[in-house]
Amino acid sequence: MKFEKMSEGHYLLDVKGYVCPHPQLYTKKALERLKPGEMLELQFDNPSSGESIATMCDNTGDEILDRKQEAGLFVWHVRKT
Amino acid sequence: MSEAKRKFWAFAIVAILVLISGATYAYHEYYLYLSVYLWFGFIYGMCLQYGRFCFSSAFRDLFAVGVPRMAVGIMIAIAFFALVGAFVSATGLSTFHSAPSGLHAVIAGFIFGVGMCFAGGCASGSMYKTGEGNMNAALVVVSISVTQAIFVDIGGWANALVPASWAKSASEKGLPASINVADGWVDQYLAGYVWDQPVLSFATMLGWSDQSVMGAFLGNFLLGVVLPGAALLVVVYFFWSRRTFMKKRLAAASARPRLADELAGYWAMVVASKRTAIAGLALGIAAGLHMYASQGLRVKYGVRNAGPLLERMGFDFGLSVNGTVFDPGYWYVTTQEAQWVGWVFHKLGWNQMDNIFFGFNNGIPNPLINPADWMSIALFGGAAVMALLHNEFKFKKPTLETAIWAIIGGALMGIGSRLGLGCNVGAFFVRVSQGDPSGWVFGIGMVGGAYLGVKFFNWWTERRMARQFTATMT
Repeated sequence: MKFEKMSEGHYLLDVKGYVCPHPQLYTKKALERLKPGEMLELQFDNPSSGESIATMCDNTGDEILDRKQEAGLFVWHVRKT
Repeated sequence: MSEAKRKFWAFAIVAILVLISGATYAYHEYYLYLSVYLWFGFIYGMCLQYGRFCFSSAFRDLFAVGVPRMAVGIMIAIAFFALVGAFVSATGLSTFHSAPSGLHAVIAGFIFGVGMCFAGGCASGSMYKTGEGNMNAALVVVSISVTQAIFVDIGGWANALVPASWAKSASEKGLPASINVADGWVDQYLAGYVWDQPVLSFATMLGWSDQSVMGAFLGNFLLGVVLPGAALLVVVYFFWSRRTFMKKRLAAASARPRLADELAGYWAMVVASKRTAIAGLALGIAAGLHMYASQGLRVKYGVRNAGPLLERMGFDFGLSVNGTVFDPGYWYVTTQEAQWVGWVFHKLGWNQMDNIFFGFNNGIPNPLINPADWMSIALFGGAAVMALLHNEFKFKKPTLETAIWAIIGGALMGIGSRLGLGCNVGAFFVRVSQGDPSGWVFGIGMVGGAYLGVKFFNWWTERRMARQFTATMT
């Protein structure tokens, strides 16, 4: 797991290689630490985690700005509200 | 992988399965029986991958991140399997038999529930994820398989842990000498305790037979599945879904929700994840039709189990002392996984036929002609085809950390499966759907185990995230 600051207000969470429940738990914990308006780039490769993360963001109100998928790798950008 | 390559591999998998079915049928008609398992396994694999259908996440994601989509999906699958199953039962073609109900099912479910949290997926979930190219999930499958084969044959020092009442009761069951029931913890647990527990269904508890229309539809379907399932979803709605829905629906914060709002919220929760709901519907219908097809072939060939069919085809190795092999006639996962390893161990010189699980009940036929194995192999294939077609196939190697969780989780699921006489599919999904109360009892244990597993991983991930966050902010 890698969590790092890429630039001011822009963070990266890399949970490639992890299966459930790690990607959704780390995403939840990362978003909890961000301030409103800050952005999280999320990288994961466990497809089922995507369903849970999308619903979780819907519940919390955090906004998924875009979702890219290529060869089993998912890259999402989420803005903390 | 390019789109053309992905399509090629998807079609190649289907072509190989078609070839296996066609060639074996041409060789002997009885292979049709194995092909029924194969194609239903393929459908299960496709449905599981399409809906990201994992029983582990049903409970785990509720507690971990407050997401109810999988709990809803499973209830949909159970409801449809139960409906089709009721038709099959009422026509006298059901292959299902209830399991003994008792406290053991809660304990087994609890151990299994902890295990599936550690492993990152249930027994069936780990299989479809293996089809996605996830080698961590493959490690879970191996761990479940090896643990089961070892666990069911542990004797020696473990015999000292068997209560005297179990040993006495087991010795009175009149089991064949080849089983040597006095040597083996699981043997004495099964014959001395589990077999003494009541075998129930909602229909029989109300005085109807499982095959009667009243028993099948009113007892097992309505009272055993629909009402408790709908009630459970009401609980899930009020605790995990209602607040968010009402916040969006009611413009004024002070407005009080009416019954129509509550019903709309309940329905919105049910259809929130279309993929999961569609997969649940397809899985439920397929699981019911699978029973119908298997029993139809049994009637056609005049058998009650695949053992005699294998024997007629000249395969007599690995049949149980009763001449049977594992042949549930419906979706099942863990027993055939144990059989793979049991067969290997036996070939390496470890006698696996002197225990009840293999020697008396399920046998250890060659995996190439083991009916339920055809289902499992095709399940991998179905999941791989779906993942390839949706560009979700990715070969993933385990890391040391994830491999440790996989091995521990798989081992706990293996032990839980054998104590509960099945996994999340055999002991929960199938039994609940067919009106067997022991399925709900196993499910209660699974919920408790999942809760404990989530507590652990909450602590673990919080610790690691806190460390990384501090490092990145300084």
